[in-house]
Amino acid sequence: MPLKLLVTVKRVEDPESKIRPTPDGSGIVTDGVSYKMNPFDEIAVEEALRLKEAHGGEVVVASIGGEKATTELRAALAMGADRGVLVRHEGALDPGIVSAILARVVAEERPDLVVMGKQAIDDDQNQTGQMLAARLAWPQATFASKKESLESDAEQRKRPGLTVAADGRRLEVVREVDGGVETLDLALPAVVTVDLRLNKPRFASLPGIMKAKKKELREIAAASLGVDLAPTVVVRRLFEPPRRQAGVRVGDVAELWSKLHAEAKVL
Amino acid sequence: MAARLFKGAEYLVTDATKDDVFTPEDFTEEQRAIADTADQFVEEEIAPVRDRLEHQEAGVAVALMRKAGDAGLLMIDAPEAYGGLALDKATSMLAAERMGAGGSFSVAYAAHTGIGTLPLVYYGTDAQKDRYLGKLLTGEWSAAYCLTEPEAGSDALGGRATATLTPDGKHYLLDGTKQFITNGSFADLFTVFARVDRKHFTAFLVERTTPGVTVGPEEKKLGIKGSSTTSVIFEGAKVPVENVLGEIGKGHKIAFNVLNVGRFKLGAAVTGAAKHAFKAGAAYANARRQFGVPIARFGAIQEKLADLTTGIFASESIVYRLAGLIDDRLATIPKDTSGYYEAYQQGIEEYAIECAIAKVFCSEVLADVVDEVVQIHGGYGFIQEYPAEKYYRDERINRIFEGTNEINRLLVPGTILRRALKGELPLQRETMKAMEALMTPSPDELDPALPFAAERAVLGGLKRTFLVVAGAAVQRHREALKDEQEALLALADVAIQIFAMESVLLRAERISPRLPESRRADVAAAVKGHTFGAVEKIATAARRAAFYVAEGDTLTVLLGGIRRFTKYDATGLLEAKRRLAAAALEAERYPF
Repeated sequence: MPLKLLVTVKRVEDPESKIRPTPDGSGIVTDGVSYKMNPFDEIAVEEALRLKEAHGGEVVVASIGGEKATTELRAALAMGADRGVLVRHEGALDPGIVSAILARVVAEERPDLVVMGKQAIDDDQNQTGQMLAARLAWPQATFASKKESLESDAEQRKRPGLTVAADGRRLEVVREVDGGVETLDLALPAVVTVDLRLNKPRFASLPGIMKAKKKELREIAAASLGVDLAPTVVVRRLFEPPRRQAGVRVGDVAELWSKLHAEAKVL
Repeated sequence: MAARLFKGAEYLVTDATKDDVFTPEDFTEEQRAIADTADQFVEEEIAPVRDRLEHQEAGVAVALMRKAGDAGLLMIDAPEAYGGLALDKATSMLAAERMGAGGSFSVAYAAHTGIGTLPLVYYGTDAQKDRYLGKLLTGEWSAAYCLTEPEAGSDALGGRATATLTPDGKHYLLDGTKQFITNGSFADLFTVFARVDRKHFTAFLVERTTPGVTVGPEEKKLGIKGSSTTSVIFEGAKVPVENVLGEIGKGHKIAFNVLNVGRFKLGAAVTGAAKHAFKAGAAYANARRQFGVPIARFGAIQEKLADLTTGIFASESIVYRLAGLIDDRLATIPKDTSGYYEAYQQGIEEYAIECAIAKVFCSEVLADVVDEVVQIHGGYGFIQEYPAEKYYRDERINRIFEGTNEINRLLVPGTILRRALKGELPLQRETMKAMEALMTPSPDELDPALPFAAERAVLGGLKRTFLVVAGAAVQRHREALKDEQEALLALADVAIQIFAMESVLLRAERISPRLPESRRADVAAAVKGHTFGAVEKIATAARRAAFYVAEGDTLTVLLGGIRRFTKYDATGLLEAKRRLAAAALEAERYPF
């Protein structure tokens, strides 16, 4: 059974860039910061591509953002996704609005499965997937992982971690929980968010990069979707945590006690 | 696409503008994506097997070559009809640069995609390409280039290998020994140069499995230990006549033209290696504490990082300017015509001087980088636990292969003078003008408020320096100048440094307007740091040449001219260097 897969892709600050808040705390200094696809989303794209390779079908990648977000969509297309959808929007969003916008995209694309990163590494919200499933009233599995290690032969052979039943109606997901993994069985359509240990994303081949230029990338104005775009969560201020004071070496327990008592005042 | 098409070496007599150059800041989204893929290849495929590669574990290099093929990294330069991507030289050099961080494998990669594959791409018949090219592009087969012989190194055409036609006229029998063949132990296809009837220098495509072909043992080397270097011995190796590459007796064209691209590619690869080594130096400077503070706080360390940064900035500026020059010229050739590759070859040959410059300049920047990265590491730089030691050993070969830096230096003034004699370069006219300027004490007036006014001003003087000294050398020695190697080497240093300095300046002029303020100041600092060093080097080399070729009044006039033409006000040099060091230390890598 061919699968139609929708994967979300977010443009985020490259974790290797130095991130500094602006002096007024309204945002970060973007000068010299580079951007890339959210690493969890890369894992989601990879998993969708493996599912497509196993079952046939189509991988659609979607993003919300300004024109620059096309770079990350093209990166996903270069990995092998078939086409892209960019919901054009400038300015701040929160997971509530993002999930509402994505619900509209899902309504239009009607995928069998939405695969998403468990969170974006810029604001680390970890809410959008769950909210999207709730809005769609679809089953959800979060933090999808894999039984095998990323060094295993299965991973070398690019075997998918998500298992779709032969009839294409059900999905088995291994997910990370505290102290182990559990296996969920979901009816499709469903929403899955992926964790770090699900797969090793491929890098785009050069022919893939050249082909990506010619793939369809459709743009939709966010304002045209009938979603209230006014943020319900507002970031008031960004600031760096205070620098940690250097530690001191104490001679014995008595000195430790007196310092904790008299100076740190914790005892 | 540049505003104006520049000829080879024309930079010495015509001032280019910022609209005439290509820079690393001009890459398209696709080119950046390709660079990312190469970066990922280095990190995810090469790095995990680096130790196994260094110990030459069987099969590791071949497996990597296949994976590079899967990633499409071997198909950049090849025509689409054979499964290639037919991308421009800028993309090819960008990939080579990023792969340059891959240590020994980058040597295997550059040899395979450059001198290994390009002879077939440029000179192969359709049948030859059908048979071999697809395999080379996927990495199913690896390629090697067999020119050097035990007694024919720099004297590349002095080889003794022979090719003898069999009586039935169907085969050539190859005899001879080729030395220092990169990828020798695992290459499946060799491009071999030999003389037909002991006279006609000719290239042959030779399959590894041909009876009579044997591969010698691995050489034990100072560096790049993970690359394969062997001799390849031909004893009556029976090669079908269909495997003659190009024309009989025209092998030298193939040998030298392919070396032009090889040198260019080496310039790109060592620039990537330099960035990679730089990273280790910057990170160590931040981490290592002495006297209670990170050594990065000390001016002694900062100055090193600043100087290395400007060096790498210059290397990049040269490599991609040259890529732009070549790409613009090649873009004028109508595709799908029968003479395409001939015109293509001439297009590259046009920039033989710049290719040699890229090879010499960039390999010597890498030499500076690895030397100072060891120095920054102090005692730890000398032990194998830290990577600085390996970078230092791996670097050395780059100043030797693809034509020693001496051979490449000699090629620079040699070719310039030859072209001037042929009337292709108006050197004499410009030398007369420079001599006039020498006699008339009216320095160019440039508005000091313009950005880079001081650098613009001195650049004109530097070119005049070259012209008057080269003019004096020609006047003194006439045709015999070609044997005056000491003077030629000095002239080469002047010409090389001018190309570097101009490339840095043009890049800065081009990119500065679109940069945010702090970044613009970083670029200006790089220009100042580089220009100061370049002017000093040019003045020294020019004086050296002057003492070699002139005496008496002529010498006095020359020295006076050099002094006047190499005046550069580098006010703010210390602040510029500290700024560059701060940028490098904050980023913990080459900061541009």
